[in-house]
Amino acid sequence: MTSTGLLAVYPDNPSVDLARTLDLAGYSWKGVSSPDTMARLQPTDGWLGAVVGCDEDPESGWAMCRALRKLDRPVRRVLVLVTGAQIADLEVRDNLFDDFLLTPFHPRELEARLRHLLYNELTAPSSVVIEHAGLRLNLETYQATFGGQPLDLTFMEYELLKYFAHHPGRVYSREVLLSEVWGYEYFGGARTVDVHVRRLRAKLGEEHAHLIETVRSVGYRFGASKWQG
Amino acid sequence: MLDAQRDYVLRTVEERGIRLVRLWFTDVIGNLKSFAISPAEMENALNDGMSFDGSSIDGYGRIQEADVLALPDPNTFEVLPWVDSKSAEARVFCDIAQLDGTPFEGDPRQVLRRNLEAARKLGLVFYVAPDVEYFYFAPLKDGGRPVPLDEGGFFDLTTTDITSSLRKETIRTLETMSIPVEYSFHEDSPSQHEIDLRHTDALTMADSIMTFRFVVKEIAAMHNVHATFMPKPSEGVQGSGMHLHLSLFKGDTNAFHSESDPYNLSDTAKSFMAGLLRHAAEITAVTNQTVNSYKRLVPGFEAPIHVSWARNNRSGLIRVPVPKRGSELATRIELRSPDPACNPYLAFSVILAAGLRGIEEGYELPAEADANLFEMGDTALTKLGIEQLPQSLNDALKVMESSQLVAEALGDHIFEWFLRNKRAEWRKYKTHVSQFEIDTYLRSL
Repeated sequence: MTSTGLLAVYPDNPSVDLARTLDLAGYSWKGVSSPDTMARLQPTDGWLGAVVGCDEDPESGWAMCRALRKLDRPVRRVLVLVTGAQIADLEVRDNLFDDFLLTPFHPRELEARLRHLLYNELTAPSSVVIEHAGLRLNLETYQATFGGQPLDLTFMEYELLKYFAHHPGRVYSREVLLSEVWGYEYFGGARTVDVHVRRLRAKLGEEHAHLIETVRSVGYRFGASKWQG
Repeated sequence: MLDAQRDYVLRTVEERGIRLVRLWFTDVIGNLKSFAISPAEMENALNDGMSFDGSSIDGYGRIQEADVLALPDPNTFEVLPWVDSKSAEARVFCDIAQLDGTPFEGDPRQVLRRNLEAARKLGLVFYVAPDVEYFYFAPLKDGGRPVPLDEGGFFDLTTTDITSSLRKETIRTLETMSIPVEYSFHEDSPSQHEIDLRHTDALTMADSIMTFRFVVKEIAAMHNVHATFMPKPSEGVQGSGMHLHLSLFKGDTNAFHSESDPYNLSDTAKSFMAGLLRHAAEITAVTNQTVNSYKRLVPGFEAPIHVSWARNNRSGLIRVPVPKRGSELATRIELRSPDPACNPYLAFSVILAAGLRGIEEGYELPAEADANLFEMGDTALTKLGIEQLPQSLNDALKVMESSQLVAEALGDHIFEWFLRNKRAEWRKYKTHVSQFEIDTYLRSL
């Protein structure tokens, strides 16, 4: 199996069995020693998943699970390694992991569980679909829907909306949008951005036009600011 | 970028189950032309264009080389909102090319592209926002007079009549087709309406006006109403104009704006205006291309007849609207002569050419004419050096014929065809004996 993402592995000195199984299965992985290093080493598009050993030092293991969930791109594919004696502890921590494996484990079982856990991530990477407040963009088919209804967009309207939806909550100047969405060679000037924002608002409909907010004398923001509610 | 655009179009055709793609283009007169292809042909059309026999299209035909290519502009691809989704259709505007791929000189869209390129060489982008007026009438009877559907006046809120709901439905459709509407209201005359579009670059706007006219007529027809862009359909009431708000942008700055000028007009704006004024008569046959156009350009109906400009005088050819405070992007000029029956691609081409000539040659803007010119006598006007716009299609054609500027802007092919076609129209009109003549002369002479 070839994967495109990076797995976080805790603790950072995994057992030989674990390291070898991951390597043989073709995963790229990185050992992390603490929640802080884990956050610092986080790839720009987030961790693909994580394997967290809770069998030796349960307390710091569960702390790592909590930290993984709290990232700005929370990790939703967490496999924990526990001992048989810890099974009773799992019940109150169901929100912190997505699958578990008893140690000592059989390498084939680890491989199967990881493959199953990461199946959706690896076959249909989640980045193909962007969703925000009722808006859904399928990047593979170029189709946009709002509240399930198809939105008919021109190519540049689609590209602009895609850029916005990729970066909700952030404010962009017209100049940045122009160079990022239209490319530097585009000649029309930043007014083009206003024209397209106006068109997008009309197509989103009156109730949702505010999704693209004008930030006075700065530019535009898609979706609410991170700092509001 | 082009490949991504093509992918986008092809994928949308597939995903939305488009059954028919309509290829739109425009003849020299400004009629929308269309032929449909099956979705399976779309990839081929985007890559190589679709060839067709151009000889039957007004202004395209030449005996030797009748076949031309329609090259879809993927950026204009849109799903048509009024066709139900089970048999979904889309449209795309096309540029017309010779079989060897060079631009076809009979295609108005290519003519506009060429003129916009001239502005681009000066670092300028041409923006246009039209105020389009039109009438709704009862279904036409052969030879009958148009019958209005309401008795409303300017800005009247006529909530119950059918024309208001037609206008609403039209605006909704325009918005879903990427044509934002700025204002819409009931105009001065019964059954007359106005829809003002938000500015875009001139090429997009010319496409938008073609779509606009089609949508207005189509939606009216669905409700058994006849919509018309005829400049003066009824005697004694105001006609339909298409005032054009014009500006030039250099990057992100409005090249028409100046902080220091009392009217906030830059030297560029003034020279552009001077160009429009000096060449106004030459371009009128293109901006007002029907016999009927000149029945609108008469005193007493808020249509311009004099070649002059002013800030707040609606009788002049150019008005300089006062922009909202502090909004330098909104500095613009309003050209008031064009009517909605023009070919927008050609009209924008000659307007831009006249304005650019003013900029390139550094024309001096004449003094503002803020008096009401309608009330001034001919001698007073001559004293002020104010001329009149051509009084008839014939007059306009005569001036156009000797205009190097218009010949260059349109290119020889369209220039010559246009003159030929319009002279024939004038000859036909000249031989017509009108009701006016019957009523006035039959008994007394």
